[in-house]
Amino acid sequence: MYDFNYHKPGSIDEAIQLFTGAEDGVYLAGGHTLLPSMKQRLASPTDVIDLAGIGGLSGIEDVDAVLEIGALTAHDEVATSSVVQSEIPALAELASLIGDAQVRNRGTIGGSVSNSDPAADYPAGVLGLGAEIVTNKRSIAADDFFTAMFETALEEGELLTKIKFPKPEAAAYVKFPNPASRYATVGVFIARTGSGVRVAITGAAPSVFRSTDMEAALNGEFSVEALEGITLDAGEMNSDLHATAEYRAHLCTVMAKRAVRKLL
Amino acid sequence: MSISVQLNVNGKSVTLDCPSNTTLVDLLRERLELTGTHVGCDTTQCGACTVHLNGRAVKSCTILAAQCEGAEVTTIEGLGDTDNLHPMQEAFRECHGLQCGFCTPGMIMSAVDLVHREPAINEQVIREGLEGNICRCTGYHNIVLAVESAAKKMRN
Repeated sequence: MYDFNYHKPGSIDEAIQLFTGAEDGVYLAGGHTLLPSMKQRLASPTDVIDLAGIGGLSGIEDVDAVLEIGALTAHDEVATSSVVQSEIPALAELASLIGDAQVRNRGTIGGSVSNSDPAADYPAGVLGLGAEIVTNKRSIAADDFFTAMFETALEEGELLTKIKFPKPEAAAYVKFPNPASRYATVGVFIARTGSGVRVAITGAAPSVFRSTDMEAALNGEFSVEALEGITLDAGEMNSDLHATAEYRAHLCTVMAKRAVRKLL
Repeated sequence: MSISVQLNVNGKSVTLDCPSNTTLVDLLRERLELTGTHVGCDTTQCGACTVHLNGRAVKSCTILAAQCEGAEVTTIEGLGDTDNLHPMQEAFRECHGLQCGFCTPGMIMSAVDLVHREPAINEQVIREGLEGNICRCTGYHNIVLAVESAAKKMRN
């Protein structure tokens, strides 16, 4: 890891200022993607801006039909929160499946979602539930947020502050984890909402995406059988030493069926 | 860039200057000479560097020393000593929960946190709770037995 300037601002405004004034600034939340990337020299920022000194960026609030989760809330806090467990249990379960215990104690929801790793779990929950991503200057719909591999609609220096999750009628998340890293080889999040079924798939393609074919089938009839014969295009899938594109395409339907079964 | 960090390690207040890119495990091992905490993979996978940060198990290779300002850190040295072993250390010895011993400090720190926060300890909970710690010798069997045994003693 190369040397860098370390800053610990006390407010969002100060953090933005530091970012703007830096040659190559980066925000530090839990650091569980950023620090390994810096060790491997995949990232070598001149300035690291630690968000931990800013109040109000962590915690879970139950506000009517929405759960608001602060950007710095650790995965373990979401996984073990009695509010999340009762209002959106699938989201608590998703958080409990990330990495391992030590990683869940440090990794944050804001860090994970901003990073948009193609194999991360949270993007499936955010897109599947149709959440709203709140930043220092605006609110972005999940449908517009995840734009490409490791890319989001966040502008340079824009800071994710919290995520608003509308409570679904029911939801389930099922993943096929990489046996070593626990990253999602394929993870499928299905939510039944007032405006229909949403199916979000992570791990399979360069970025999390919705399967409109599966959504149409499940809106017609919410059953495992409704997904029979639906095959996603392997040409759109990732291929690596863990799974070929064809295998990932196959797993999408298998995981989706399992998620539906959990909801019946 | 040099930074100043003040933290509490094993009950003692420590203040020192270090480069900004110093990780917590480097601070513990190189500066405080607390070499009980090991570095296995240095990539957040093996768990040999696990310590408690404000009471929770974390991988100290993936935390900057700067992030620990004002924090309480407990390492394996702070858990017990040769004459006064922690029940988890005693159980690893009794159950032969180690062979080469390299992963053991991290295993023990993770296991203590697991027993503190899980209301019901059983084999499945232990195996899932220790997913962030890798042992290449034991096949985990005796580690699981050790944690089960220690959990009973810690609860009494």
